[in-house]
Amino acid sequence: MKKKLGVYVCHCGGNISDYVDVEKVKKAIEDEGGVYLAKTTMFACSDSNQKDMVDDIKRDDLNGIVVASCSPKLHLTTFRNVSERADLNKYNYVHANIREQDSWAHSNDKEGATEKAIRIVKAAIARARLAEPLVPNKIVAQKAVAVIGAGVAGMKAAIALSDMDCPVYLIERSPFIGGRVAQWGKLFTSNQPGNELVEGLYNKLINRKNITIFTNAEVTSNAGSIGDFKLKVRVTPRYFSGLCSDDQLDKAIEACPVEVADEFNFNITKRKAIYRNTFSQYPQTGVIDMINCTRCGKCEAICDKIDLSQKEEVLDLQVGSVLMATGFDPYTPEAGEYGYQETNRVVTLPQFARMIEMSDKKLMHNGKEVKNIAYIYCVGSRQPEGGNTYCSRYCCTSAIHTSVEVKKKFPKVYNYHFTRGIRTYGKQEQLYAESLKQGDIYLQGDEDNLPEVVVQEKKTLVKVNDILSAGRAIEVEADLVVLVTGMVPRADNSVGSLFKLPKGRDNFFNEIHIKLRTVETFIDGVTIAGSCQSPKNVMESVNSALAAAAKSYSYVSKGELETEPVIAEVDEALCTWCDACSTACPFDAISMSNDKEKAIAVINNAVCKGCGMCLPVCPTDALNLIAYSNKEIESMIDALAVD
Amino acid sequence: MAEKIRKSAKILVFSTEKISDPAIDMAGLLKLHYPPTVYTISVPCSSGIKPRWIMHAYEKGFDGVFIAADGTDCIFGESCTEKTGHLVGKTHTMMKQKSIDPARLKMAAICSVCSESFVKQIKGFNEYLLKTINP
Repeated sequence: MKKKLGVYVCHCGGNISDYVDVEKVKKAIEDEGGVYLAKTTMFACSDSNQKDMVDDIKRDDLNGIVVASCSPKLHLTTFRNVSERADLNKYNYVHANIREQDSWAHSNDKEGATEKAIRIVKAAIARARLAEPLVPNKIVAQKAVAVIGAGVAGMKAAIALSDMDCPVYLIERSPFIGGRVAQWGKLFTSNQPGNELVEGLYNKLINRKNITIFTNAEVTSNAGSIGDFKLKVRVTPRYFSGLCSDDQLDKAIEACPVEVADEFNFNITKRKAIYRNTFSQYPQTGVIDMINCTRCGKCEAICDKIDLSQKEEVLDLQVGSVLMATGFDPYTPEAGEYGYQETNRVVTLPQFARMIEMSDKKLMHNGKEVKNIAYIYCVGSRQPEGGNTYCSRYCCTSAIHTSVEVKKKFPKVYNYHFTRGIRTYGKQEQLYAESLKQGDIYLQGDEDNLPEVVVQEKKTLVKVNDILSAGRAIEVEADLVVLVTGMVPRADNSVGSLFKLPKGRDNFFNEIHIKLRTVETFIDGVTIAGSCQSPKNVMESVNSALAAAAKSYSYVSKGELETEPVIAEVDEALCTWCDACSTACPFDAISMSNDKEKAIAVINNAVCKGCGMCLPVCPTDALNLIAYSNKEIESMIDALAVD
Repeated sequence: MAEKIRKSAKILVFSTEKISDPAIDMAGLLKLHYPPTVYTISVPCSSGIKPRWIMHAYEKGFDGVFIAADGTDCIFGESCTEKTGHLVGKTHTMMKQKSIDPARLKMAAICSVCSESFVKQIKGFNEYLLKTINP
């Protein structure tokens, strides 16, 4: 049948048209064979354009569509759906990527990018001319989701999936679940303490039969793909065969000779190699940190439920989707950065938050009562090129919230904020107003005029030329300097590498599209939630967790997934059965058939995965992949090659 | 009249939909520039590229062909690397028969996050090809 194609060239706002002359592209392709209609459009993906496309297809009886826009990863499905709404087989739609692989990649060369766009669209037209209507394949999808990370995002996602009747494996690397929220006191805007939030979520988790929680557990390998991920999970024992009494556990901890920095309190306190949860962490039991334990056996002698002979286990899990919620690390300043590690009068905001939690009556530090607190903002954020150039977004609010809470708990303190402009968006502005009302002093520098910390023997001075008072030099003698640090990606994000998750320029895991596909990744079946994706506050993390849960569920809910109808096909006239294809096939999808006049290869359509490994080994070129035939590929090469 | 000096070589890239294509997309997203005469055709797996397609590209005027291979990340199995190597070897033989410099076919494993590696490889390949085009 003669092709009647509709071709749409997208401006993508200016993402394409700022670097590609889209009108020139349209003119260059409108007379190509088969093209019946050619248009440019401001946003091809917009509802109005989609409706226009449906109208065009129906009105003009188009039997093929090409959209030249962003990556097919983003909108291939969108335009296939448009085709289906217009009763056109969706495989008659061909996508041309002129954004990621053209306008953005060649934003320094408009002429070159325009020429390239013309060829890319011509190649897509060439392919569309040969496209046939196809029927998708179906594969079984394991109805289970692995949620990696049991912080607030992971816990909320697990509960949401459970509510949708989906089995969940919640895998947490540390011995306790709760994540960062367990480390915080009262949260803004709810005023709910972090421990209460974690407790509430934990109680929900343990009451759901379709959630299996693994703590001290790490994914060590991944095989398979969407619908059928095969994970190996290494579970490190807690070295407890049952519960010790509180008294026994206390004595065992006291007897332990090993002391290490306590990561829960951001290393401002020490813990033993055997330790118990804090009141905000779950499960409420002890654990032995075998990396630091010397196996002296003193704890075993106190409680017979302690068993140092326990061995780690490796479990095999099969899931249809993986939801990544591995969280963030707080930025650790360099030694000497604003006096950090030069004096113990300089701490980070997370350390200060733990100090407040652990202090009563008076805010003491190094045996001295703290009165003047200087907060230095944007430490580890908004750095010049080469550092963390991004804004962590939560830290202004967190610092101001901390200053409000510290003033409530210790009314005699004075808060001095050395900012680079306050970014308390939305309701968080109320907190800023409250801080001003309680008498906090705000001073402002900028990128070229950062505060300076002068460490002297007995005192610490913070200086800035305050741009809010016409650049006047202002100096504060601080009992404590709090560095308002931002979020950085986890130092150990190796689990992301197992899934080959792409990272963005800030090194957080990257979504496909910040507005349109916010929790999906380029790896089919893997979603991301919470602050492993970008700096987020608790509310934003929870929102993304619920979105990721819904998306992961959509992959597994039906128990089957549609896959591309791309399988190998045999040209019976050319095939002389030599066995090369059958040997090359990793899925045993090819066998010999004697049903015809001669022996030939036959493809088991249910088993063929469409890899194409059989194609290059065939001596008579009798094999082709559907949608990747010689004609289709070579016609695209022809179109790309024309000068 | 002397031939016009070309600024960039015409390169056809065979990428793979799940592994190397996302890396090439990401290179664009990060505005990592490379020559605009680099064109991509995406296939399911690098071990399914036919030597005749590569030969067709040279016939039609491409200076070089770059296979952005799946490597060990291939979703279709570990044999991908070896099989892609075989098809490259087979193509090299065909190229020699037609007196085409085998170095005009290049293969490198490009994982889904290897954007910088892709751009580095392509720029290096472009420089090599330019030396042969504009000696």
